[in-house]
Amino acid sequence: MEREIYLDNAATTPVHPDVAEAVMECMLHDFGNPSSLHRMGLRAEKKLKETRERIASALGVDPEGVFFTSGGTEANNLAIIGTALARKREGRHCITTKVEHPSVLNTFKYLEKEGWEVTYLPVNRDGVVSPDDVRRAIRPDTVLVSIMHVNNEIGSIQPVQEIGRLLKAQGNSPVFHVDAVQSFGKLDIKPVQWGIDLLSISGHKIHAPKGIGALYIRKGVKIHPLQWGGGQEKGVRSGTENMPGIVGFGEAVRWLEEEVDRGYLYRLKGILVAELTERVPSAVINGPPPEEGAPHILSVSFPGIRGEVMLHALEEKGVYVGTGSACSSRRGHMSHVLEAIGTKKDVAQGAIRLSLSYLNTEDEMRQTARIIGQCVKELEGFVRR
Amino acid sequence: MQRRVYMDHAATTYTKQEVLDEMLPYFKEIYGNPSSVHGFGREARKAVDLARERTAAALNVSPEEIYFTSGGTEADNWAIKGVAWANKERGNHIITTSIEHHAVLHTCQYLEKMGFEVTYLPVDSYGLVYPEQVKEAITDKTILISVMFANNEIGTIEPIKEIGQIARERGIYFHTDAVQAVGHIPVDVKDMNIDLLSLSAHKFYGPKGVGALYIRKGVKLHPFIHGGAQERNRRAGTENLPGIVGLGKAIELAVSNLEENSKRLTAMRDRLISGVLNSIENVRLNGHPTKRLPGNANFSFEFIEGESLLLSLDMKGIAASSGSACTSGSLDPSHVLLAIGLPHEIAHGSLRLTLGDDNTDEDIDYVLEVLPGIVKRLREMSPLFAQHKGGKHYV
Repeated sequence: MEREIYLDNAATTPVHPDVAEAVMECMLHDFGNPSSLHRMGLRAEKKLKETRERIASALGVDPEGVFFTSGGTEANNLAIIGTALARKREGRHCITTKVEHPSVLNTFKYLEKEGWEVTYLPVNRDGVVSPDDVRRAIRPDTVLVSIMHVNNEIGSIQPVQEIGRLLKAQGNSPVFHVDAVQSFGKLDIKPVQWGIDLLSISGHKIHAPKGIGALYIRKGVKIHPLQWGGGQEKGVRSGTENMPGIVGFGEAVRWLEEEVDRGYLYRLKGILVAELTERVPSAVINGPPPEEGAPHILSVSFPGIRGEVMLHALEEKGVYVGTGSACSSRRGHMSHVLEAIGTKKDVAQGAIRLSLSYLNTEDEMRQTARIIGQCVKELEGFVRR
Repeated sequence: MQRRVYMDHAATTYTKQEVLDEMLPYFKEIYGNPSSVHGFGREARKAVDLARERTAAALNVSPEEIYFTSGGTEADNWAIKGVAWANKERGNHIITTSIEHHAVLHTCQYLEKMGFEVTYLPVDSYGLVYPEQVKEAITDKTILISVMFANNEIGTIEPIKEIGQIARERGIYFHTDAVQAVGHIPVDVKDMNIDLLSLSAHKFYGPKGVGALYIRKGVKLHPFIHGGAQERNRRAGTENLPGIVGLGKAIELAVSNLEENSKRLTAMRDRLISGVLNSIENVRLNGHPTKRLPGNANFSFEFIEGESLLLSLDMKGIAASSGSACTSGSLDPSHVLLAIGLPHEIAHGSLRLTLGDDNTDEDIDYVLEVLPGIVKRLREMSPLFAQHKGGKHYV
């Protein structure tokens, strides 16, 4: 078998070797509880502070606004439920889109059961929401707008900058939450300039370990805690800090900020798309044109070949890809994102997601295109026309 | 070089090398998302399944009843809020105790604001809860009883089996925060009639950031974190794969060595306790003399500020705590020490030493050698002590 090529980085990424080393060091030697008063505790507290500052600086925000969570899902839950509960006297209407991650959609479904009203905005064929639609959906009782930066299945980029600006121009100014789990470390994010009040990020999508994430909360924005206890994270998120995770998160962000060329992913994607469309002219790209979408996500269908079949055929040859999002891949039904962009059922069922990381190589892109070409040829033999 | 003695294992433990060794491959090699259908994902899934089996075996439950969380605090929050919201049609009354961890207490206080009624049972001077009082507190509106397995500050072990029996007879859900107990003393969920149990890996030599909630099959509770279909639709979020693997290994290790470790720690603890009581005046042991966690020693020294004591010990290389780590930054005296009847000024002068697997007899010798001198020096600076001694002023 040829070398393995991992192209499911939107599901999760390998931990970077430097990150792994920092995590190990923390677990074996700097294992103190940051709340403890002795030296071991103080050392942990110092690390905690340094990491908070590093992440804040990557986002261009005040370190006081960075709150660590157990991951992107918890950050999204905290942002949405926390805002809804904190502002329930001001109104019970929220706005989001039809293409959000399940951790946003299912949290809103929960709020609906508890008496909130939620508007789910449509997207165009590229998977992009219209700022005008957002403006029209705003009501006097709208307290929260939650829109993802980059879609995890098709890579569409939402105009969050424009939406942030138009929301800040509103009289009652709803809180603006952005799920930036897929964009952090890949695209520029400027919460302060863009009028973003809350922003979710996750470690394991950027080569830090699983189990760590953060929510940025703009100063002055009220959030009702979900998890009560020892009062860590200024009472917003109680529970002993996941120090190895936090230290790893910091190291991954340092690596991204200092050692990574941000243009690299677009170059990889460009090669992949060019080679793929040349070798498999029948391939259908789902979502935005590749150069308009996120640099690391490509959703592509091969008419007549089911996504799962393709996935397993590729796996046989050492190429690992996803179908839809990992979170919903174990349930058979059609992706809500592909449905929202109007993908025909047979095309949607043929979708696979190729997602790249800074650790992939140009050669891997060419090999992948070649292997996909082979698989398509082999599988087409079995397809009835 | 100065001797370093870590005696704050109730705050957090280091991660054992064997645990770390098992976790390592799951960072850089087997790093798949357990929800992914490809090989990387399937291998990750297998590792999560194994950890679940190990955790279940340690508690004598079935693997389908184990749900991984981000830690003990989340497990406590989920158990209590989850039961409260899912059973509010049946009633709005919760029974707990006045010495719970803040993850339980503050969650209950939050629920009070939301219209629930909470009874906070008192404890005796050892910190023991009386099953009789639990029984008397039950009303026809009671939906949950939450009593910690062992107290994090004074180490007292509660009569969990008896309370579980009462709860089961009355058809009321019984939750126990067993964060300090699991891996340290025997916990048999089936035998003790426990419906929900919280545990945390970093208290038994696993990593921070991962814990679990045991939910007996059939218990009605709402999800706490919404999103993807992980943990059989009950706890969303990509699984903390290395953390979960570490938890599984750590709990297996802890439980398999439990008897031996507990015997060793108990002997060291008792030597520490009698050594302190014999060599220092005006000191009391907090918590029960025998019904206590193997590694826990908690003292109150009259005429001394706990924080000064901590700092002096730290300068001698001894890491200890004045109460729980979570509240050590606050100036309020411990709610646990107040609940066992200590006056404010004495509660302030308390010291928790929690032993662990890395401590040795020499560590005990060292503490016993250093502590009396520190106490004496601090008392000599204390105006209260001066008054007590009859007007001799040292300041």
